[in-house]
Amino acid sequence: MLKTFPLGGVHPPENKLTAGSKIKVMSVPKAVYIPISQHIGIPSEIIVNKKDKVVIGQIIAKSQGFVSANIHSSVAGTVTKIDKVINSSGYKQQCIVIRTDVKDETNFVKEPFPLKKEIELSSEEILQRVSDFGIVGLGGATFPSHVKLNINKETNIDCLIINGVECEPYLTCDHRLMLERAEEIIVGVEILLKALNLNRAVIGIENNKKDAIANFKKITDNNSKIQIAALKVKYPQGSEKQLVKAILNREVPVGGLPSDVGVVSLNVGTIFAVYEAIQHNKPLTDRVVTVTGKKLENPSNYWVKIGTPIKDLIEEVGGLPKGTRKLINGGPMMGKAIKNTDVPVTKGTSGVLVIDEEEASRGKAENCIRCGECVTVCPMGLEPHLLMSLSERGLFERMGKEDVKTCVECGSCSYVCPSHRPLLDYIRFGKNGVIKLEKAKN
Amino acid sequence: MSSQPIVISASPHVHSSRTSKKLMYDVIIALIPAFLVSVYVFGLNALLVTAVAVVSCLLFEFLIQKYLLKSEITIGDGSALLTGILLAFNLPPELPIWMIVVGSLVAIGVAKMSFGGLGFNIFNPALVGRVFLLISFTGPMTKWTLPDGITGATALGTIKEGLMFGNTISDLGSKIPSNMDMFLGVTGGSIGEMSALALIIGGLYLLIRKVISWHIPITILFVIGLMTGIFWMVNPEQYASPLIHILSGGALLGAFFMATDLVTSPMTKRGMIVFAIGIAVITVVIRLFGAYPEGISFAILIMNAFVPLINSNFKPRRFGAKIKSKIV
Amino acid sequence: MTDSVVYSVLLLASLGVIAAIVLYIVSKKFYVYENPLIADVEDILPAANCAGCGSPGCKSFAEKLVNSEDISDLFCPVGGNDVMKSVAELLGKEVTEKDPTVAVLRCQGSCDVRPKTTEFQGPRTCAISSMVYSGETDCQYGCLGDGDCVKVCKFDAMYMDEKTGLPVIITDNCTSCGACVEECPRDIIEMRPKNKRDLKIFVGCLNEDKGGIAKKACAVACIGCSKCEDICPKDAITMENTLAYIDPVLCTLCRKCVPVCPTNSIIETNFPPPKVKKVEKKKEKKPVVKKEEIVEPVKVKTDA
Repeated sequence: MLKTFPLGGVHPPENKLTAGSKIKVMSVPKAVYIPISQHIGIPSEIIVNKKDKVVIGQIIAKSQGFVSANIHSSVAGTVTKIDKVINSSGYKQQCIVIRTDVKDETNFVKEPFPLKKEIELSSEEILQRVSDFGIVGLGGATFPSHVKLNINKETNIDCLIINGVECEPYLTCDHRLMLERAEEIIVGVEILLKALNLNRAVIGIENNKKDAIANFKKITDNNSKIQIAALKVKYPQGSEKQLVKAILNREVPVGGLPSDVGVVSLNVGTIFAVYEAIQHNKPLTDRVVTVTGKKLENPSNYWVKIGTPIKDLIEEVGGLPKGTRKLINGGPMMGKAIKNTDVPVTKGTSGVLVIDEEEASRGKAENCIRCGECVTVCPMGLEPHLLMSLSERGLFERMGKEDVKTCVECGSCSYVCPSHRPLLDYIRFGKNGVIKLEKAKN
Repeated sequence: MSSQPIVISASPHVHSSRTSKKLMYDVIIALIPAFLVSVYVFGLNALLVTAVAVVSCLLFEFLIQKYLLKSEITIGDGSALLTGILLAFNLPPELPIWMIVVGSLVAIGVAKMSFGGLGFNIFNPALVGRVFLLISFTGPMTKWTLPDGITGATALGTIKEGLMFGNTISDLGSKIPSNMDMFLGVTGGSIGEMSALALIIGGLYLLIRKVISWHIPITILFVIGLMTGIFWMVNPEQYASPLIHILSGGALLGAFFMATDLVTSPMTKRGMIVFAIGIAVITVVIRLFGAYPEGISFAILIMNAFVPLINSNFKPRRFGAKIKSKIV
Repeated sequence: MTDSVVYSVLLLASLGVIAAIVLYIVSKKFYVYENPLIADVEDILPAANCAGCGSPGCKSFAEKLVNSEDISDLFCPVGGNDVMKSVAELLGKEVTEKDPTVAVLRCQGSCDVRPKTTEFQGPRTCAISSMVYSGETDCQYGCLGDGDCVKVCKFDAMYMDEKTGLPVIITDNCTSCGACVEECPRDIIEMRPKNKRDLKIFVGCLNEDKGGIAKKACAVACIGCSKCEDICPKDAITMENTLAYIDPVLCTLCRKCVPVCPTNSIIETNFPPPKVKKVEKKKEKKPVVKKEEIVEPVKVKTDA
C-alpha cells in the first residue's frame, strides 16, 4: 500500500519526457543577470560596484535582516552594470550584471567534486555555513534554509523529511539529481541530521521514479537513520503539508508550520546544495533546470549557472518550436508564464516549459454548474467556488473567515473545473485583499 | 502562416479534459437505454413527446436569452436539451402536445431562466415542469397507458387506490404487475420510469464515467428500501414490499437522474447523504401516508430548497483543523 | 351572492383600518428623535452617495456636519463650493473653499502607439491582471485597458474607447469623487485642478524606464530628456526616475513645455489652437526648393 494524503488531489498527465536524460552541463553564458531578490524575505543589499572583478562564489549581495539570503556570483568576470532586468512577472527588478571572463578556466569546470563522506564541521559551523552560503529552498519556494533550520529549543523536532516527490508534470530535475548524485544526497542528509541533532530522516519519493527509489534503498540499506518512503503519484504530493501527512500521518495545524508537528522538511536539491557547501566549500551558484516541452527538438536537464538568461537555455535545446504559445518558468501547475526570454534563471527556477496552443489555451469561463469537483480536489479542504464568488464581490473579510489564507495555490481547482472558471486567479486576488485588510487593521 | 503571440496567464497552465458539455452529453447517453425501451413499448408516442419537449425547451431558452435577457445564447451547452429529455421522461405518453409545451415553458422560463440561467437555479427545472403539469392538469397527467394500449394506473397507483377502498395487498393480487415486469419495463408509467433495468444500466454508466458519485442514488434507494421494509414486515397486507417501491414509481429515475442533478444537489459528500436521506424519508411518507401514490418528485423539490442550508452547514473538513494533540 | 361580497368588503376594510391605527400608534410610540438640521442638511447635499467626502453616504455626512464643531476640513466634491457654502450658512459654521478638480488619465498609450506584445488570458479586470502580469505591452506602468475605473464611476463620467483601448473621462460629468483614483491599480488617474474653462497641462505618461526602453514600448512615452524641465519658467516641472511631473499648483499654463517634448508626451486640454501669426512667419523663412512646385496664380501665361 503506497502512502498518500487522504484529502483531495488530482492526477494530471505526467509527461516526464526528460526522465531518462542525464544532466548535461550548460554552456557558460556570456553574461549573467543576478537578481537581488531570489528568495522569500527582504531583497539582498548589493555590495559590489560597476567594474569590480569577481570570482565564482564571491558574495555580491548581503542578506538584510533575518529572513533574507546572501547572493554569490556564479561566474568569474567583471560587473558591467547594476540595472533593472525583467523578472518572471514581467516587472523589472534590480539585477547585478556580470560579464563572464572567457579566459578564466574556473568558469568551465565540468567535472563534479569527488564524493566526500566524512563530516568535519560541527553542528554550529554547519548552520552558519548554510546561512553564509546563501542556501534557500530549491523546490521553488526559495525560503531561506537557515531560517527553517533555526529551531529554537522549545520545539520538539524528531524527524527530517526530504522532499524528492517532484509532483509537477514535466519536471525531472530532482529525479535526475537523485539518480546521479544519490551518495552525495545521503551525505547531505547525514550533515543535516548532525546539525539538527536528529536521528531520523525519511526521503519521500513518488512512485513514478522507481529507479530512484531502488537506488536510494540500496544505498541506505545499512543506515538505520534514513528511510525511503514510496508515495502514490498524486498532485500536490510535493506540497510540504501534504508530504508530512502522507509520510508521518501528522497534520500541520491551520496557520501553522511543519515544525509545529515536529518535522523539518527540505527539498533534495537543497540537501545537495548543503552537501556541496559543507564538504566542498561551494556556495549556491548553480542548479539543475529541466528544459522541456513536447515540440522541443531535444528536451534535457542541465546544470545551469544562476543568472543565465532563459533564452540561452532555449537556444541550447534547439530554439523555440513553431506554434509555441506559452513559455513557463517552472511546472505547468504552479509555474509563471513569461513573455520575454531575457528573464534570468534564479535559485527558484526548476524548469522551463514550452507548450503549444492545444495544451495552453484557456477555455472560455462559463457559469458555475455547482458540480463540487473543486471542493473534492482541494487538498486543504477549502471551497474554491465559494471563494471565487466572494472574491468577485470584494467580500474579503468573509473570505478570511473561510480560511482562504491556508490555500497553497496548487491549482487543482482550476485544473478540474468543467466550466473553465478562473478559480485560482480570484482566490489569489482574495488572499491579497485579506492580507491588505489585516495590515490596515493593525 | 499566422504567428500567434505568446500568451500570459496565471497558473495552472494545463486543464483536465472534463468540460460541462461532456458531462451533459454523458447523462444524455445514460438515458438512451430507458428511451429505447420506452419507444419499444409505446411506439411513436414516446418519440413525439420527447421531441416536443426537447424542441420547446431549446426554443424557449433561445427566445428568452435573445429577446428578453439580451445576453449570450448558450443553447449549445446541452443543459436545455437534457432538461427537455428529463421532462419528457416524467410525462405519460398520451399527454397533449400543448401541455408539453407549457411544461417546457415553466421548466425553462420559470425554474431556470428567472433564477439567472444555468447554475443559478435552486429547483430542478424538469421536476418543476412536471409538478406544475401534475397540479394544473391532473387528469391527463395521471392517464397512464399500459403496454397493451389500455389505459390504467401504475403499480403504485393501483395499490394506493386499492388500499383506499379497503382491499389488502393480497386482494389486489394480479392487478399489481410482477416484479419482473417492472424490472424489464412492461408496466404502465411515464416514459422514463418504466424499465428498472434500463435505468440501472444508465445509472451504472454515470457512476463509471464519474459524472455522479454513489452517495445520492445508493442512499436514496437504501433508505427507501429500509423504511418501506420495516413497514412491510410489520404489516404486509397494508404496505407493499420494498422491492415494489424501489422498482416502480420513478424511484430509480429520480435517484439516478433527477436528485443527482449537479446544480441543485449539495457539494460535499456528507451533505449529499443528508440530502438523500431527506428525499427518501419524504418520498416514503408521501407514498404511504399522503394523498399521492408517487412522492419522489415532491421530495426532491422540497430537499432542493434545503440545499443552500446543507451547503453552509456541511462544509468540508479543513486540513489541519481537527487536531487533538500536536504530535500524533 | 351579494352577501358574501358585502362581507368581504367590510372585512377587508376593517382590517385596513385596524392596521392603519396600529401603525400610527407604533410610529408615535417608538419615535426616535433626530436633530431636524440633519434632514435639512441632507436636502442640500447632492444625494449622490458616492463616498467622495469620506463618509459612507450623504445622510452620514450630514450627521457628521451637524455634529462636528469644526467643519473646515469637510468637503463634498460633488456639490462643490456652492453646496458647502449653503451648508455653512444653515449651520452657522465656517467652510474652506476648494478649487474644483477633475480626474485626468495620465497615459496616452493607445493601441496604435503602444503595440501589444502578448495576449493575456484570464479575468478581464485591472485588479487581477495587474497582479498576474505587467500587461500585454512592454510598458509595465501604463493603462491595462480592462475598465475597472469605468465600472466604478457613478456619474457616467467615463467610458471605454474601443479603438484606443483607453478610458475617456468626460470632465463635465466628473464630480471628483475619487472612486476611479482608488480603483486604478497603477495610479494612472490623478485629480488635477479644473482651472477656468477646463484648461489643463499634464504629462501623459508614468513610465520610469530609461529613455530608449520607454520609447521602444510606447511612441509617446516620456523618455526623461528634461527638455521640459529646462524650459519651464516657473520650475513647475520636476524629473524623477526619468519621468517628468508638472506640479498643478506652480504651473501657470504658459504652454512652453508642450512643443519641446520630442515624443509629444505632454498633454494640453481645451486650449485654443496656436496663433496664426507665428505660422506665417515660419512659412516666410522656409527656403523655396523647387520652382516648379510653387503655384503662382498671379502669373498666367497667355498666348497672345
